[in-house]
Amino acid sequence: MATVTTAHHPTMHVDGLRHEREPLVLGEPTLHDITAKIAHIAEDKPTPKYLLALSFTAAIAAWGVGCILYTILTGIGVWGLNNPIGWGWDITNFVFWIGIGHAGTLISAILFLFRQKWRTAINRSAEAMTIFAVICAGLFPLIHVGRIWFAYWLIPYPNQMQMWTNFRSPLEWDVFAVSTYLTVSLIFWFLGMVPDLASLRDFVKNKVAKRIYSLFSLGWSGSMRHWHHYEMAYLILAGLSTPLVLSVHSVVSLDFTAGILPGWHTTIFPPYFVAGAIFSGFAMVMTLLVIAREVLDLKEYVTLKHLENMNKIILATGMMVGYAYAMEFFIAQYSGNPYEAFVFINRATGDYAWAYWTMVLCNVVSPQVFWSRRLRRNVPLMFIISILVNIGMWFERFTIIATSLHHDFLPASWGYYTPTWVEVSIFAGTFGIFLTLFLLFAKYIPVIAIAEVKAILPAAQPHHHAHAAAHAPEHPQVQPTQTA
Amino acid sequence: MDRKPIATVAEFHDPNTLVAAASTIHQRGYTKFDCYTPYPVHGLDRAMGVRRTILPYISFIGGLSGLASALLLQWWTGGYDYRLNIGGKPFFAIQFSVPVDFELTVLICAFFTLFGLLHLCRLPTWWHPLQDDPSFRRATDDTFVVAIFSDDPRYTSADTQELLRSVGGANVHIHYARQNPVEDVAPIG
Repeated sequence: MATVTTAHHPTMHVDGLRHEREPLVLGEPTLHDITAKIAHIAEDKPTPKYLLALSFTAAIAAWGVGCILYTILTGIGVWGLNNPIGWGWDITNFVFWIGIGHAGTLISAILFLFRQKWRTAINRSAEAMTIFAVICAGLFPLIHVGRIWFAYWLIPYPNQMQMWTNFRSPLEWDVFAVSTYLTVSLIFWFLGMVPDLASLRDFVKNKVAKRIYSLFSLGWSGSMRHWHHYEMAYLILAGLSTPLVLSVHSVVSLDFTAGILPGWHTTIFPPYFVAGAIFSGFAMVMTLLVIAREVLDLKEYVTLKHLENMNKIILATGMMVGYAYAMEFFIAQYSGNPYEAFVFINRATGDYAWAYWTMVLCNVVSPQVFWSRRLRRNVPLMFIISILVNIGMWFERFTIIATSLHHDFLPASWGYYTPTWVEVSIFAGTFGIFLTLFLLFAKYIPVIAIAEVKAILPAAQPHHHAHAAAHAPEHPQVQPTQTA
Repeated sequence: MDRKPIATVAEFHDPNTLVAAASTIHQRGYTKFDCYTPYPVHGLDRAMGVRRTILPYISFIGGLSGLASALLLQWWTGGYDYRLNIGGKPFFAIQFSVPVDFELTVLICAFFTLFGLLHLCRLPTWWHPLQDDPSFRRATDDTFVVAIFSDDPRYTSADTQELLRSVGGANVHIHYARQNPVEDVAPIG
């Protein structure tokens, strides 16, 4: 019944030449097609394949949670941490997961402010990824403190001990940065979803589903008077999230830089961490989207153009990270500080050289294939590269943390660290938690921003008057619908 | 059966016609009318004569309160109530307070934006006067719906219907109140 059709594609006029721009949505769907497509994902019964995947990830998550409980009940002595290496896989995983989240905010907020319309197909899943990643990240500092039942001491509140938290410590800044990040990301994600939940509410037949979508869509009616406020709210939240995302990983990096440890105490860390976060986050979005567009049949919406654009960002941020590796190496030698110089030589040639070179190969060398347009559009290849980048970025954090700690000022206090099975299981478990949440999201929550995709269809917005006159015959025809 | 008319409802399928129609309705002096659209249509709010939203001011107040509370919190706890010497660092200084200042500014500003939006839209609500109308239900899918409410001083059932037809509205009809309003209190949909 829907009659707003995509009669023509947007074109660019350059010096009289007419270049056809690659459409953002393929197959010229109608407005109703888009609602139906996304709503059917939520409404259809879960397939056996989906349930199998869900039980697999849930099992890993359960194993991870079991190991977390084991750690809490026994103490963090079950991990491989020692003196001098007091931060190991736990903090590595924390930084890794926080970084993963950053691409989601980048796509949803920064690309929104830059009016990058291609983001509409991927922003919902990227934001979901942010939230799930931050949840996984938050687990690690909490269990790392050892006595998790006192974790609320991190929050400044009036107490019997008449003590307050220490605001001079970057660890306390981290509490504020990460919890603000999670909260604001949740608000942004939920607010963006309200109109789509309303679409699902009006579409689904199942009574229980209808009730649930009714509850969460808050009674959204699509009133233009509401849209007017809503668009402003979205803009403000995007404007807030943009500096927020830059601040979060900067603050995380201050956890290291505020220490006087060689290898940590450098001013390059905040921008270097932010670039790395965006790099790893985009790689994770890529991994998930390549699977999701295949499994959920979303190829018309998540097109090769989207994937190619993300590959360009992966290439660019990969180069930034590579630059940071080179620069911190150079500055370490140039500083004239023998401890600083030693730490970096030791990174590349010492006990953890294998981790360092894995990082360089995965992060700096592997994305270079994306200089070629043909390879940028090769789906299996980009899937492999995205996984390599994730591995590389994990090793980057591990290298920073472990190599700087294991050889510090006094050779008498040098050590080596290997994780125990408990730490490995907990890390695997967070992947289980992350993927379980993502699978549930992909099935039951509008996985593509329905209203936003509708709004970027070529015929969706009113034309300017002069333009409208010239294209009058191309306008979608009006066909009245019958009263149901 | 003598039911109260709630609104006259019309469907539109083209954004250009919709914006022109909204503009005409606004110019005729109607104030109690609304357009329901599946996505925000550019320029429609201006055509309807919607005044610019005050939400940015609400958010700004939120941001300022966040900043003020962050400064107060850090100064009062560290610099006044519990002065603890840690490595000779000052008890309070603007420099080290910046990260928490920034985070709380953003956090409180985001909360004000969210709740400000909900307040301005009078959401959440579990009821809408048009919720039984079949056209209205398709406004979240693929139809632009214009409704002129019967409490508008200019509303008369004949004139309003005529107006909506003349500006290109399809399926123009009057939506009546339920006979027994308590018979079903289901949320919209």
